[in-house]
Amino acid sequence: MFAEFLQFLLSGITIGAIYALAGLGFSIIYNSSHVINFAQGEFIMVGAMSTVALVGTGVPLPVAILIAIVATMLVGLALEKFAIEPARNADVVTLIIITIGASIFLRGVAQVLWGKDFHSLRAFTGDTPINIMGATIVPQSLWVLGVTMVVIIALGWFFSRTLAGKAMLATSYNRLAAQLCGIAVKRVLMLSFGLSAMLGAIGGIVVTPITFTSYEAGIMLGLKGFTAAVLGGLGNGAGAVVGGLIVGVAEAMGAGYISSAYKDAIAFVIILFVLFFMPSGLFGKRATDRV
Amino acid sequence: MKMMLKGGAVAGVALAAGLAVGVAQAADPIKIGATLSVTGGASFLGDPEKKTLEMYVDAINKDGGVLGRKIELIVYDDAGAPDKATSNVKRLLQNDSVDIIVGGSTTATTMAAVPLVEKAEVPFISLAGAVVIIEPVKKWVFKTPHTDRMAAEKVFADMKKRGITKIGLISEDAGFGKSGHDESLKVAPNYGIQIVADETYSPKDPDVTAQLTKIKNAPGVQAVFNFGFGQGPAVVTKNYRQLGITVPLYQSHGVASKSFIQLAGESAEGVRLPAAGLVVADQLPANDPQKAVVTSFNKEYKAKWGSDPSTFAGHAYDGLQIALAAIQRAGSSDKAKVRDEIEKTSGYVGTGGMVSMSPTDHMGLSLQAFHMVEIRKGDWVLID
Repeated sequence: MFAEFLQFLLSGITIGAIYALAGLGFSIIYNSSHVINFAQGEFIMVGAMSTVALVGTGVPLPVAILIAIVATMLVGLALEKFAIEPARNADVVTLIIITIGASIFLRGVAQVLWGKDFHSLRAFTGDTPINIMGATIVPQSLWVLGVTMVVIIALGWFFSRTLAGKAMLATSYNRLAAQLCGIAVKRVLMLSFGLSAMLGAIGGIVVTPITFTSYEAGIMLGLKGFTAAVLGGLGNGAGAVVGGLIVGVAEAMGAGYISSAYKDAIAFVIILFVLFFMPSGLFGKRATDRV
Repeated sequence: MKMMLKGGAVAGVALAAGLAVGVAQAADPIKIGATLSVTGGASFLGDPEKKTLEMYVDAINKDGGVLGRKIELIVYDDAGAPDKATSNVKRLLQNDSVDIIVGGSTTATTMAAVPLVEKAEVPFISLAGAVVIIEPVKKWVFKTPHTDRMAAEKVFADMKKRGITKIGLISEDAGFGKSGHDESLKVAPNYGIQIVADETYSPKDPDVTAQLTKIKNAPGVQAVFNFGFGQGPAVVTKNYRQLGITVPLYQSHGVASKSFIQLAGESAEGVRLPAAGLVVADQLPANDPQKAVVTSFNKEYKAKWGSDPSTFAGHAYDGLQIALAAIQRAGSSDKAKVRDEIEKTSGYVGTGGMVSMSPTDHMGLSLQAFHMVEIRKGDWVLID
C-alpha cells in the first residue's frame, strides 16, 4: 500500500521536475516581456532532438549535449531577434500569437530535418532500476531531479548575485525605471529568451531517455509547463517549480488512485481552478491596475 | 409522362457521354486518387504510403502501364484531419474524376470519406485498421490492413495456448488503441480470457508507472496486453521492466516495426506480438507463399528510399496491387466492373498476407496472416 503510494509519488516528482523547468522558462520570458512564449515546448524538443541527431552521427554524449544546448539557445535568440524584436511595439497578444507561429515553424523545421519518427537517447548511467522501499525508479530519474535542482540553484544565484540577473529582475519590476537607470532593456529581452531556451534544452535532454522525443514532443510538455507556471503564479520562479511538482504528482496520483483516463485532464482542471479562484496563482502578487 | 420523357433524355445524354468517354479511354490515363495523412500526427502512416504509391506507379508506367494506359496518381494530404479528408475526396471525385481511390491512412479519415464514395459509386480501398470500415460491409469500400480485432484474437489465442486466463489490459485512450481496447473486450471471452485490470494512457504520456502499478497489484494477473502505437508502447515496455513485473508482456501489431525495438531497447526483450509477414521477411521459411513478395518489396523500397518499409508502406502496396489487378481483370476502368473484380480478389499474396475477398468480406485476410513473434536479442523470432 505504502509502496504503491511511494511509486506514484516518485513518478510524479520525476515528471514534475520537467514541468518545473518548462514552467521556469515561461516565467523568465514573462518577467522580461509579459509575453507567454508558447514556443517554450519547442525549445525542449529542439534540445532533445539535436542531441539525438548528434549522438547518431557519432559525437560523444557530453559534447553532443553541450552543442545541443548552445544550438537551442541560438534558436531562442534568433526567435527574439527576428520575430519578437521587430514587433516590439505591438500588443502583448500579438507577440503571443507570434510565439505560437514560431512554435509551428520550429515543429515544421524539425519534421523536415529529423523526420517524423520517435527517437530515444541511451540512459546516462544504465537502466538497472533502483528499489526504494518497494517502489522503483530508473537511474535517469535521479539525473532529472539532480539536474533540475542544480539548474534551479544556479538560477537563484544568477538572479540574486549577478549584475545581469539583477538587471533582469529590475526590468521585470518596472521596465521604464530600469531603462532610466541605464539597463539595456533590449539586451535583457535577448538574455531572457536565451536563458529560457537553455532551460528547455536541458530539460528536454535529461528526460529523453525516459520519455523519448519526436518533432511534436514539445506540445504537451509546453502545455504542462504553462500549467505549472500559471499555478505557481506567472513570473514567479519558485512558484513555477512548486507548480510543476504539484502538477506532476497530481497527475500520477490521479492516474493511480482515480482513473488513468483522467490523467491529462487533471492538469487542465487545475489550470481552470487557478484561473477561476486565484488568477494570480499560489505565489503570484495580486495584480493591481493603477489609474 | 413528362417525368418519363425527362428520364429518357437524361439517359440519352448519359449514354452519349458514356460513348464519348469510351472513345477517349484508349489514350486517357487511369486515374488513381489518394488522400493520405502525409503530415501531422499520423504522418508515419501517410508518408511511407505516399512513397510506396509514387514509387510503384512510376515503375508500372515505365513498363507501359495497365491495359496499355498510363496511370496518373493524384495524392492529397489530409494531415490526419477528417474534414480535410472529406474535401480531398470531394476534389478527387468532382475535379479530378478519379477511377478509384486508395487511402485514408487513418480510420477517422477513411470513415469521413466513406459516405462520399458510396454516393459517388467509386471503388475505395482504405489503408486503415479498424473493423468499422468493413463491418457492416459497404458496397464500394474495401481495406488492406489487418483489423485490430484480428490482432486481439491472435494474441488471445497465444495466451490460451499457454494456459493464461487472467490478464491486465493497458491501452492508449485514442484512435487505434481505443478501438483495439473495445475489440479486445469483445473477443476476450471467446478465448476464455478474463480482463482483471483495464487501464489507459494518453498517446503522449511520458510515464505510465502509475497505471502499471495498479495492474501489477491486481489479483491473479498472468499476462499484460498493451494496445497502442508510437511512443506509448515503448514507454509502457520500459516502465514494465522498471517495475520488475515478471508476467509476459504482449503488444499489438501497432508496434511491429524495428523502431519499437530501438526505442524500448533492452526492455523489449521477451515481448510477444502479432506481426505481418513483411516485418519478419527474413525469418519466413522459404516455402512460405509470402516470402518472395515481401522480400522483393523490402529490397525495392530500401533501394529507393534508403530505409526499411513499415507495414504501413506494405498496406499501400497491397492496395495498389489489388486495385490494378482488378482493373486488369475488368479490362477497363469502368467503376462498377472494377468494384466487382476487387470483390472477387482471390488468393492474392501481398505484404499483409493471403487476400481472398467475398461479398461479405471486404478485407479478405484470415488469422493466418499474422505470425506470433517474440523479441529476442533485439530481433524478431517466430514462435508459432
